[in-house]
Amino acid sequence: MSTSRNAVTFGRILALLLLAGWVAPVGSQETRIQLGTPISEDQLSGFDLIAAPDGSGMPPGAGTARQGREVYELNCLRCHNVNGEGVSGNTVIAGGDMRSEESPLRTVGSFWPHASTLFDFIRRAMPADMPKTLTDEEAYQVTAYVLFLNGIIGEDQSINSETLTAIAMPNGNGFVDQSHLH
Amino acid sequence: MTETQWEKAAGNGLLNRRHLLQLGLTGLGAAGANAVFGQEAGSALQIPEWSRTPGENASAYGGASRFAGNLQRMAGTPDPIYPGGGSSRSPLQFLQGTITPNALHFERHHAGIPDIDPAGHMLVINGLVRQPLVFSYENLLKYRMVSRIYFLECSGNSGALLRGGNADGTAQSLHGLLSCAEWTGIPLSTLLDEASVLPEARWVAAVGADAASMGRSVPIEKALDDVLVALYQNGEPIRPGQGYPVRLFCPGWEGNISVKWLTQLKLMREPAQFRDETSKYTDTMPDRSSLQFTFPMGVKSLITSPSGQMNLPRPGIYQVTGVAWSGHGAIQRVEVSADGGNTWAEAEMQSEPGAKALARFTIPWEWSGGSAVLQSRATDSAGNVQPVRDEVLAARGTISFYHNNCIQSWGVDDGGAINNVYV
Repeated sequence: MSTSRNAVTFGRILALLLLAGWVAPVGSQETRIQLGTPISEDQLSGFDLIAAPDGSGMPPGAGTARQGREVYELNCLRCHNVNGEGVSGNTVIAGGDMRSEESPLRTVGSFWPHASTLFDFIRRAMPADMPKTLTDEEAYQVTAYVLFLNGIIGEDQSINSETLTAIAMPNGNGFVDQSHLH
Repeated sequence: MTETQWEKAAGNGLLNRRHLLQLGLTGLGAAGANAVFGQEAGSALQIPEWSRTPGENASAYGGASRFAGNLQRMAGTPDPIYPGGGSSRSPLQFLQGTITPNALHFERHHAGIPDIDPAGHMLVINGLVRQPLVFSYENLLKYRMVSRIYFLECSGNSGALLRGGNADGTAQSLHGLLSCAEWTGIPLSTLLDEASVLPEARWVAAVGADAASMGRSVPIEKALDDVLVALYQNGEPIRPGQGYPVRLFCPGWEGNISVKWLTQLKLMREPAQFRDETSKYTDTMPDRSSLQFTFPMGVKSLITSPSGQMNLPRPGIYQVTGVAWSGHGAIQRVEVSADGGNTWAEAEMQSEPGAKALARFTIPWEWSGGSAVLQSRATDSAGNVQPVRDEVLAARGTISFYHNNCIQSWGVDDGGAINNVYV
């Protein structure tokens, strides 16, 4: 048998195998590996800590600044000091004015555009040496206290997912989104 | 050969490479030629001692030559009120080529380096998807991967120079939050497709498994474009300081958004507005508005040798070399000046520049022994030209320090000492 006859015979056999589905044609269809395990959002309620400006991800619970003072003194005072005055530049969390003559002191009150970020950050990252040790209730209370220190809410105003996201922060319109420039 | 026979490429001693090759040993080389090798001038060369004795056996894990210098990152002092927060900087002035060794890749952590057992690590995709999913590390390793060489730069890199003042330092201390590696991983689009992203999803909120659960929001266009879920760096599993076992990698963008120890990707309509994309990594302008979501790192270059805190031992010919990069594409051209920007000469690229990767340039320079100001200026494939410091200051002021891509000026005094100068 000649070489060309061999090739023809091989081609016919391959065609038959393809028709029979015994051989996968390389390159004609993508191999799809799908190894993610389906999971429900309910299963993620204690895992997903994202508390967004639209209120999504905010847990049940509420707190006031009056309640938060004690939580603050136990957990936050060492770094953030009395009245949020801080112990160094990065730990000052109250006061400041974006319109000041000199370089402005940027704090939660003067700089942060969204109140939700305060709860989100406290819950995921604070206190820095023992993050995620506050209960959701305590996180709401401390959030309220820091807002109170900045003169944004009253001492007895209840902070929950709805009241928190309704707060207009003093510098809420101070940011310019550059994400379209990439 | 007299100076007038050399072809000058630009003022104050920048030379044309072709003519330099014809010069052979001159300048620095000629002055030192008779003193090297530890052998007497004019004597016959001897076979060295190490060629007469068998050397060390092969080793399990390689180290550097004891003669190669002890290359180290430069880490800040730990701060008790910011446990695990801080950075370490790459020794740029001692590196060559474009790839940063893993042990010397810069680091920036917000709550330390977690000690993650991959058997317990999860990567969750949830939010605006048809099917929320969780991936194990073991299963991630089974996906088709791609390898790409990309730079990574902290947006706070070089920030001190924008604020001015005394900034005597090295390339490492001033600009060392910059590195480049080959990243291997799964295109993020592959995993997002598996979860089936809903049409209303516009952002992907990425969260790390460190103690700060550091989070950043990535626009969906980028997420579906070139973002990687990276598992390997320069061929080995990503090291803990870079996000072991898995990190996000957003090519060309400010380093912080390439979230390390990646554990969650949540599809959302709007950005999550994490602390690290509002209070931090935003730029307050002179009018007190603040730029947010400034993602690509601007076109930039830096002479790494000779550079800050070095000393030129004697007049002669030096190879000026450095790195250039852009978050907008590949480096197209690097020019070098030895006279503070009055005249420029185009440097040679040591290898073909890749998109969003470090490129290395080189150009010969004859130092006459007088004062000089060495600068480099990069242009990228999108036509962006690296600005001078005054342009950056005029546009951005000094309240913020992120995203500084201005031209670095190294002043050389008549004794050969090199320091940062503001031109």
